[in-house]
Amino acid sequence: MSTRLQTGGRLIDRSHREGFSFNGKRLTGYAGDTLASALLANDQMLVGRSFKYHRPRGFVAAGGEEPNGLVNLGKGGQFEPNQRATTTELFDGLTAESQNHWPSLEFDIGAINAKFSRFLPAGFYYKMFIHPRPLWKHVYEPFIRNSAGLGKAPQDRDSDRYEHFYAFADLVIIGGGIAGLQAALTAGQAGAKVILMEQTAHWGGRAPVDGVTIDGAPADDWIAKTVTTLEGMENVTLRTRMMGAGVYDHGYVLGYERVADHCPGLGLPRHRLWRIRAKQIITATGAIERPLSFAGNDVPGVMLASAIRDYAVNWAVSPGDRTVVVTNNDDAYRTAICLKQAGLEVPVIIDARPEASGALPEAARALGIRVETGKGIAKVLGGKRVTGVALCAQAGEGAELEQVPCDAVAMSGGWSPVVHLWSHCGGKLNWDDAQAHFRPDANRAPTSHDGLPFVISAGSANGELHAAATLGDGDAAGKTAIRALGLSATAGGVAKAEAEAEEPMTPVWIMPQGAGVKLRSKMWLDYQNDVKVSDVQLAAQEGYESVEHAKRYTTLGMATDQGKLSNINGLAVLSQSLGADIPQVGTTTFRPPYTPISMGAIAGEARGEVFQPLRRTPIHEWNDANGADFEPVGQWRRPYTYLRNGENRADAVKREVLNTRNNLGLLDASTLGKLIVKGPDAGKFLDLLYTNMMSTLKPGRCRYGLMCSENGFLMDDGVVARIDDETFLCHTTTGGADHIFAHMEEWLQTEWWDMQVYVANATEQFAQIAVVGPNARKLLEKLGGMDVSAEALPFMAWADGELAGIKVRAYRISFSGELSYEIAVPASQGRAFWDACIAAGAEFGLMPYGTEALHVMRAEKGFIMIGDETDGTVIPQDLGLNWAISKKKEDYLGKRAQQRSHMTDPKRWKLVGLETVDGSVIPDGSYGVADGINANGQRNTQGRVTSTYYSPTLDRGIAMGLVLNGPDRMGEVVEFNKVDGTTVAAKIVDPVFYDKEGEKQNV
Amino acid sequence: MSDPVSALNRVTFDGFVKVEEMGPRGMITLRGDHALPEVKNAATGVAGVNFPGQRECRVVEERGLAWMSPDELLVMVPHGEADTAVASMESDLDGTHSLAVNVSDARAVFRIIGPGAREVLAKLCPVDLSPEAFVPGTIRRTRAAQVPVAFWMVEEDVFELVCFRSVAAYVFDLLKTAAIPGSEVGYF
Repeated sequence: MSTRLQTGGRLIDRSHREGFSFNGKRLTGYAGDTLASALLANDQMLVGRSFKYHRPRGFVAAGGEEPNGLVNLGKGGQFEPNQRATTTELFDGLTAESQNHWPSLEFDIGAINAKFSRFLPAGFYYKMFIHPRPLWKHVYEPFIRNSAGLGKAPQDRDSDRYEHFYAFADLVIIGGGIAGLQAALTAGQAGAKVILMEQTAHWGGRAPVDGVTIDGAPADDWIAKTVTTLEGMENVTLRTRMMGAGVYDHGYVLGYERVADHCPGLGLPRHRLWRIRAKQIITATGAIERPLSFAGNDVPGVMLASAIRDYAVNWAVSPGDRTVVVTNNDDAYRTAICLKQAGLEVPVIIDARPEASGALPEAARALGIRVETGKGIAKVLGGKRVTGVALCAQAGEGAELEQVPCDAVAMSGGWSPVVHLWSHCGGKLNWDDAQAHFRPDANRAPTSHDGLPFVISAGSANGELHAAATLGDGDAAGKTAIRALGLSATAGGVAKAEAEAEEPMTPVWIMPQGAGVKLRSKMWLDYQNDVKVSDVQLAAQEGYESVEHAKRYTTLGMATDQGKLSNINGLAVLSQSLGADIPQVGTTTFRPPYTPISMGAIAGEARGEVFQPLRRTPIHEWNDANGADFEPVGQWRRPYTYLRNGENRADAVKREVLNTRNNLGLLDASTLGKLIVKGPDAGKFLDLLYTNMMSTLKPGRCRYGLMCSENGFLMDDGVVARIDDETFLCHTTTGGADHIFAHMEEWLQTEWWDMQVYVANATEQFAQIAVVGPNARKLLEKLGGMDVSAEALPFMAWADGELAGIKVRAYRISFSGELSYEIAVPASQGRAFWDACIAAGAEFGLMPYGTEALHVMRAEKGFIMIGDETDGTVIPQDLGLNWAISKKKEDYLGKRAQQRSHMTDPKRWKLVGLETVDGSVIPDGSYGVADGINANGQRNTQGRVTSTYYSPTLDRGIAMGLVLNGPDRMGEVVEFNKVDGTTVAAKIVDPVFYDKEGEKQNV
Repeated sequence: MSDPVSALNRVTFDGFVKVEEMGPRGMITLRGDHALPEVKNAATGVAGVNFPGQRECRVVEERGLAWMSPDELLVMVPHGEADTAVASMESDLDGTHSLAVNVSDARAVFRIIGPGAREVLAKLCPVDLSPEAFVPGTIRRTRAAQVPVAFWMVEEDVFELVCFRSVAAYVFDLLKTAAIPGSEVGYF
């Protein structure tokens, strides 16, 4: 059984006990434990079931590379699936549950899959479920989805908060092991602005666990001293619990800081995503030990040799009384020695190499540990827990030589540098034959905007696995960065790190090398996705020669751990099957993030109130307090209608329309775009932007204009007012304000840079309030201050003045067909003016109205709406707006495009009014149907509805639509389809339904 | 004329920094060639401060000039003087191609006060806010989360930030969120 040792544990504090629960069982650990070390200390080796075969699985690793130890963590609003127990710091009250099992972890019904594993080979889903096609969607996929998956989806809203932080640095160093610390020291002393981040809570990495000495003292001493020195430097920032998640173009780095995962409930942001711009980056991200591929290498109790050492040294956890070590290198002997020195048994060290005579093997022998060279593991004995191993000759086919009882197996297949962050932005790798791994090629580093390298790799991440070289490599990386930054290094030597010398390792990709298919189909490469040696070999046989294809076919490396343990072993097996060298086969692409980061961290502050900006007009509060039923219009919230005493929306809209037509309506039109265009060339500029002539407009007058894109399509419309000779005020649609402003600037800056024109966006300077209806003038006269008579302020004129004591600009324009004034007042006076209107308007029957009444009234008048009658494919000519297209102008944006053959095609659908024969309302989006069907078997069409409303004024359904030859077919009846499959008959009529002569607006 | 009302009517928040909406401020967008003496004189005449260089903002109490782009300035005066200032600049600039627009009411102004002010802004804006890079008198036009803003440093630990009036509540909520006690970063 795994248990806590009586003494030791450099990271735990035995005076602080922390209670936690696992699958409902109450357990305790110590402060400084990870969830993994605490579970092991409580003899909880079995922590989950595998993805495909539901095999029992235990911890393999002690860090971020762990594939098996994933749990559902937390409860309610703090629930999160797929959390790695090895990187989860223990805290009092932690709750965790194991994943992917039913009905229980101990007894899992899905494990039956394992019995049929030979029926579930690589590519099984592709092969089996492809035919018959309809069964995929309705039978196979739901079944597969149910049986797959690891963690549960959260049910509740995340109760934590998250944030971003932008930082800028000369140098970002990722990884706080001895190489990273040394690089920070070198660069910090040279005056560089440095951020050094470490993903765990502790500095120093593996060196203290591996017994490294620095300057003759234990590594811990140098680490503590160096951290103190760095903390004293103003120009160096140290952050623990912060992972370098990704390296991007031009020195952009994402740092994922787990601020409060280890101390929930303090009200801190849970995660902080650092978005860092760095001039240089050092990746000192260490190395990951590789498993060995032998039969049963996934039985709980088989762990990486380094992980067993970590658990013993850092957390005083013994994986079992008897641990067999199996290796192809000297480093794993450290585990044997460490366990032996802790008083535990190491029955045998199985070394695949023909001989082992280095300092470490000799030290192990001197401790009385049996060393068997040239041997391998034929298979692991045991199901939910290791009970022993069967030895065999590594050179053979797996004939058992003897069985050795044990509780744990420490395996080491050599080390792979963590090259992920080096590779994210294009850093290239070389294959190192001696150490059997890919390592960064400094001559092919990621390059920045200037073509120069901006990422430097250091320490074991750079392939310098031995401590003696690691420290020097960190210093060298620091110096390279300093030179790139244009700084100079200070004098001073590097501390001397020492560790036992190591003899060369021998690559072992399959154990034993001649293993038959029965053994190979029990050798796990990818624990998390249940990919075995036999699967990769099958993929190769079936022609998946590219490593990227083999990966997707077998799912090797596609789980949440992204193949941190399986990558090299998998591609070595693939290359052997293909008879190719490993570098020829290459590796799959490394993509950010290094390990999964939370969705919350990505969203940052953007949730709840600040999920997205809501734009509010100066009248917003009044609207909100007076029944406004808001609708989004871009990021604005505009009242769709104002609900009174239990009205529904339709009733309210009807009331607002009728009241405005008969009495007086008030509209908050503040969101309309207001662009000021000024300069000697302003008229010329606007003549090019609008389809009609603006330069002839007289100061004091208004003109409606259309704006097209250079492709001829109608993009915006609005009323232009000429303020003086050189100045125009262009109204745009609400949604158009920002992009028409940008459109103007773009033309002025890129094409017509010689024009003397300035543009300013004054949209929000004004609250704009439309006073609409037969009583509009009476209200303004009562407010008093300026002459608003038909003579002084005729239709399509504007005037500056004062109303109710407030400075205003009054425009005589109408979007409803009624007598109408739009009053612009400074936004700081907007609410005061609105309140004055409301107070004075009671006697005239004033009621505010919303956007829907606005829409209905403009449709009754046959006025188009950008976004209803237009959709980016409609030109003004389609809408019968030829009157607004100047014939006199030499050019305007879109003119040439509108002359192209497709644009002048007489068969383009044209705008007409539509009146249902039965008075009903045509459904939104309805098509006019024609006889016959098209090549796709769909009903032929001859038009479509663009706007459709119930008109309270006419008490019937009215609509506008684009219809084939529409204007020539007045009086004809066309059928329009309905959602229920039937059609509704509508007569083609003039689009102006109300006051065709325009008498009401011009009084 | 009623008293002018700013977007949030001088609301305040106390977190690990203090956030205040400043009430109405006179602001004028002046577009024109910065090299022209007429433009310089018109601007400095109403603002009473020296002409700013690139990414500089010179503010003395409610008056100031901020560099917004190679052909745009933000002219600040007390709110009640904005229209007169526009008229005065227009007369100074008669015959010179330029544009002066009163945008006082299109904006909201916030102050962020306290030793953590740099951090609060660095949570929202992709700007180097380190003391080496951002000093009193520096202005940046940038974004705060999802909306455009500009801010400048009045003195150490005091920033002024302007945004569009319609998103004042959003920006205030952002600043509040970023300033919740306990979320100090400890970077600067």
